[in-house]
Amino acid sequence: MVRFILRRLLQMVLAFFGTTLIVYALMFAGQGDPIQALAGERPVTDAQRAYLTEKFHLDRTGIDGFFYRYFDYIRNLLRGDLGESLTGRQIGDILAAAWPVTIKLALIAMTVTVLVGVTAGVLAGIRRASVFDNSTLLLTLVVLAVPTIVLAPIAQYLLGVRWQLFPPTAGADPDFYALLLPGIVLGSLSLATALRLTRTSVAENLRADYVRTARSKGLVKRRIVGIHVLRNSLIPVVTFLGVELGNLMGGAIITEGVFNIPGVGFNLFRAIRTEDGPLVVGIVSVLVVVYLIANLVVDVLYAVLDPRIRYE
Amino acid sequence: MSDFETVAASEDPNARRGPSGEPNAPNQVGGTSVTPGRPRSLAGDAWRDLRRKPIFWISSALVLVVTAMAAVPALFTAADPADCVLSRQHAGPSGGAIFGYDFQGCDTYARAVYGARASLLVGALSALLTGLIALTVGMLAGYFGRWIDAVLSRVIDIVLGIPLLLAAIVLLKRVASDSATVRIAAVIFVLAVLGWTTTARVVRSSVITAKEQDYVAAARMLGASNSRIMWRHILPNTLAPAIVVLTIALGSFIAAEATLSFLGIGLKEPTISWGIDINSGRVHMRESATPLIVPSTFLALTVLAFIMLGDAIRDAFDPKLR
Repeated sequence: MVRFILRRLLQMVLAFFGTTLIVYALMFAGQGDPIQALAGERPVTDAQRAYLTEKFHLDRTGIDGFFYRYFDYIRNLLRGDLGESLTGRQIGDILAAAWPVTIKLALIAMTVTVLVGVTAGVLAGIRRASVFDNSTLLLTLVVLAVPTIVLAPIAQYLLGVRWQLFPPTAGADPDFYALLLPGIVLGSLSLATALRLTRTSVAENLRADYVRTARSKGLVKRRIVGIHVLRNSLIPVVTFLGVELGNLMGGAIITEGVFNIPGVGFNLFRAIRTEDGPLVVGIVSVLVVVYLIANLVVDVLYAVLDPRIRYE
Repeated sequence: MSDFETVAASEDPNARRGPSGEPNAPNQVGGTSVTPGRPRSLAGDAWRDLRRKPIFWISSALVLVVTAMAAVPALFTAADPADCVLSRQHAGPSGGAIFGYDFQGCDTYARAVYGARASLLVGALSALLTGLIALTVGMLAGYFGRWIDAVLSRVIDIVLGIPLLLAAIVLLKRVASDSATVRIAAVIFVLAVLGWTTTARVVRSSVITAKEQDYVAAARMLGASNSRIMWRHILPNTLAPAIVVLTIALGSFIAAEATLSFLGIGLKEPTISWGIDINSGRVHMRESATPLIVPSTFLALTVLAFIMLGDAIRDAFDPKLR
């Protein structure tokens, strides 16, 4: 187990360097004149140019200079210093302001997923091929197939503008009620996936030998399903939910954009639109770390939950 | 990312991580209901199963309609989507335009019809490219095993770990050109480069099962070369599961293209794309909702049709689910 975790950590370090390097290269390599880009249309004096060249280590050119700046960036990143965006704000501050909102939204989406998705999935799995099962299957297929760019604006239009059940946009410092509709929209995708996973897993486990044994021992159905089947079938669901939570933490670009929620995804999207290279790289590298850690936790959890899984 | 491929991968026993050692679907014979005379093939079995499913027929019909729309849009509307006059901004339905006009005074319905072409082109070509990459990588990893498999599987793991939307945004941001052809090619390329992993895993596991079969051992004993075994014996057995995954992937690629265009980094005007129209319809939804609802419906139905079709075919080909 310790060896497994060590190996996973090593893999994680490799993936971290690989991804940040790619993002860094894509954002900065082959770019025109970054100093002129910073100044926009205004002229840059020689003194300013010299100062900025020195500050951002732009005097080194070619591959050598690129890696020099990349490792400089990584060094700062590991120290917890994300640097400044092009507008001069600390990226750490921007993220600190955005994260609570995104986490609130992610938790609402997660709650919806677990409450509705897993419960309905267990029911559908037990009553396989029933009317309930077939209709949930069809319904989740539709939810999975309808892209967020359709779901979010239509939900906003119908529930927010037309029938006015929810506030159509969230705005700065949103409360729980304003985040409820975006949370449901965001959660509907994971909900459908979680439902289908639970259903398949429960249905598969119901046919397992240990269920037959439990039944022939004369256990009541509630105990068979509630203790034996559920414990075994929730393993893939837990994995999925863990990965999904990691994803949701990264913010939902579309949902946050449509409902005007000042979270991480919203900031990232704005940074891309305004060509704010440092901000994009900063947010994406933090997101990659979050994602990798979530994956690691899930993998370890997986091994703890299921004694049949042995690494090595 | 909770897209359809996650579910597809989780429900498909062939797509599991690593060699599962389970007998693969194409090698199991239907068993119970063999008619006297010639035994039915798996494909024949699947076809019998599919014929009885209304979902299969509905989704096939939708796919056919959208394909016809993409090929010959003039069959569906007489109006010109580029004929935009600001004086009829948000005008209601009339004889020519059944869904009225949008913010720019263009025929909403005509634009939705003409939008099918870009979507289908991107979806089909990225699925094709994805299939090529996935078949190559999956075949090499599955057939040769050992260190080739180890390296390729790690590559798959890493690419699978990259969030699709984020990476696509960063990559497409680098494409400065506004030319329609370049942008379409760029979107296709980006989607294929980021989206081949699931299919490659499916191919890899079916190759691993197929290469253990007796007929492969027999071919090898007869002196067949590696390339002949791969090409003539293993490939036909891995094609069916790969095509099923690709049909579903085609649907998600169409959705991804629309999403990127919605964000303003995929296709750009004057290319007509549902994503662009949904975005502009969204901005003006308080004045008139039809320019939002019409392209949304077209997009949702198209994606749904491909995903339902793939889902139905997969169910039919998987004897375990019967």
